[in-house]
Amino acid sequence: MPDNIVAILPELSTALGQTLLMLAIGLSAAVLLGGPLGIWLFLLGPGQSLANRPLFAVVSWAVNTVRSFPFIILLVALVPFTRVIAGSSIGPVAAAVPLSFAAIPYFARLVEQNLRDVPRGVIEAAHAMGASELQIIWRVLIVEARSGLVLALTVLAISFLSYSAVAGVVGGGGIGDLAIRYGYYRFQTDVMVLTVAILVVLVQAIQLVGNTIARRLDKR
Amino acid sequence: MSKIQNLDPGLPPPLIRLDGLGKSFALPDGTRFDAVKNVSLQVRRGDIFGLVGKSGAGKSTLLRLINLLERPDHGSVTLDGRVLTSLGKRELREARQGIGMIFQQFNLLQNASVFDNVAFPLRIHGRWRAHEIEQRVHECLALVGLAEKIDAHPAQLSGGQKQRVAIARALAPRPSVLLCDEPTSALDAETTQSLLATLRDINAQLGVTIVIVTHELPVVQALCRHVAVIEDGAVAEQFALAETGAARQTALGRALARLVAAPPQEAAYA
Repeated sequence: MPDNIVAILPELSTALGQTLLMLAIGLSAAVLLGGPLGIWLFLLGPGQSLANRPLFAVVSWAVNTVRSFPFIILLVALVPFTRVIAGSSIGPVAAAVPLSFAAIPYFARLVEQNLRDVPRGVIEAAHAMGASELQIIWRVLIVEARSGLVLALTVLAISFLSYSAVAGVVGGGGIGDLAIRYGYYRFQTDVMVLTVAILVVLVQAIQLVGNTIARRLDKR
Repeated sequence: MSKIQNLDPGLPPPLIRLDGLGKSFALPDGTRFDAVKNVSLQVRRGDIFGLVGKSGAGKSTLLRLINLLERPDHGSVTLDGRVLTSLGKRELREARQGIGMIFQQFNLLQNASVFDNVAFPLRIHGRWRAHEIEQRVHECLALVGLAEKIDAHPAQLSGGQKQRVAIARALAPRPSVLLCDEPTSALDAETTQSLLATLRDINAQLGVTIVIVTHELPVVQALCRHVAVIEDGAVAEQFALAETGAARQTALGRALARLVAAPPQEAAYA
């Protein structure tokens, strides 16, 4: 094994752990906050049960606005906010703050779009049976859209795996940080190849798991 | 109220009573379309009542006003003495348990099994225990002849079977009324016939009052006892199907009279 790679092996496992930590925090925030935001956005939409044109426009605009920031700008712009939330502006936990900030509206939009595929008549039938708004969310929307939602989460996970690599810029650590520090700044091409290979494997694994779960959940 | 025609004075009050219902929709060009105009109707308990009319006549909107899937602009809906139009959200949800509904496109949950679909209305109303739900789902599926499909998913069923699951689902909470919105329009003639037989059984054996919207006159002939012809958002005429003495005023009414008078082999779903 090339010396360069042997030298970074201990760091590699730390970096992998940091990447997974950033991803876990970012995805959790996306599901826990972006999920409800997406459902709300859907219900505010035209023809839905909480339809409210001005509020829909405002929420939709806010989602688009956050999504239009290049991630690297968001990363830097949010530093003061990150310090308040994470107590520091460096390290994987700190990097997870802007990561989450970007992931929430991203996932919200994906959720909203997936819920639009739930046939209107099914929602209506639930209303006719006397279901409450909350019951319709849990027992109709999420059940009917579940395989699409899993695929949305898969897309999100893969996008944010590469976002987390950018987070290395602000000292977030992780695989991407390793690639930049050794592979790029020190011209260690073998390290670069190895880190990219790890990312390729991770992406393939995430997509495979996502596809498998989505297929099992889909009874349509 | 004098403006409402009481079908048979001396009988108990109607199960469903619509008073002066109106509903209009905003069109994209900014004008409003009056889908239902000042409709008053009464449906007696145990009846099978047909709302017939051409597409766009407002018959589906009228049906959807009965369980307030559409909110009327004016007028009131009374079910079994309870004024639905004055209920709050929670009370209306409660009242909807007593009103089953089936649709042209079945509207089943695709990702839920037949069991879970039929259990749906029972689970959303907290007072059913798990074993009661299980028992009731079996009962309802047996009633529509689909007991063996309990673990299937809707995608594995034919159109007629899907509509039977939808009927079982609608009947599960023991409703007094079943609203049917073009229930056979997506089905072939043979399937329609057996589905209509099931609806007749439900009416005869369980005493469930049925209100059905359809544009298929043979369906009306095979199923309904009373009919209202809807034209341009209003009731153009109303009659008992068996009563052939009086001259009918609408083209649909006359067509129905001809169908009823026709020899049996011409009656598609007799």
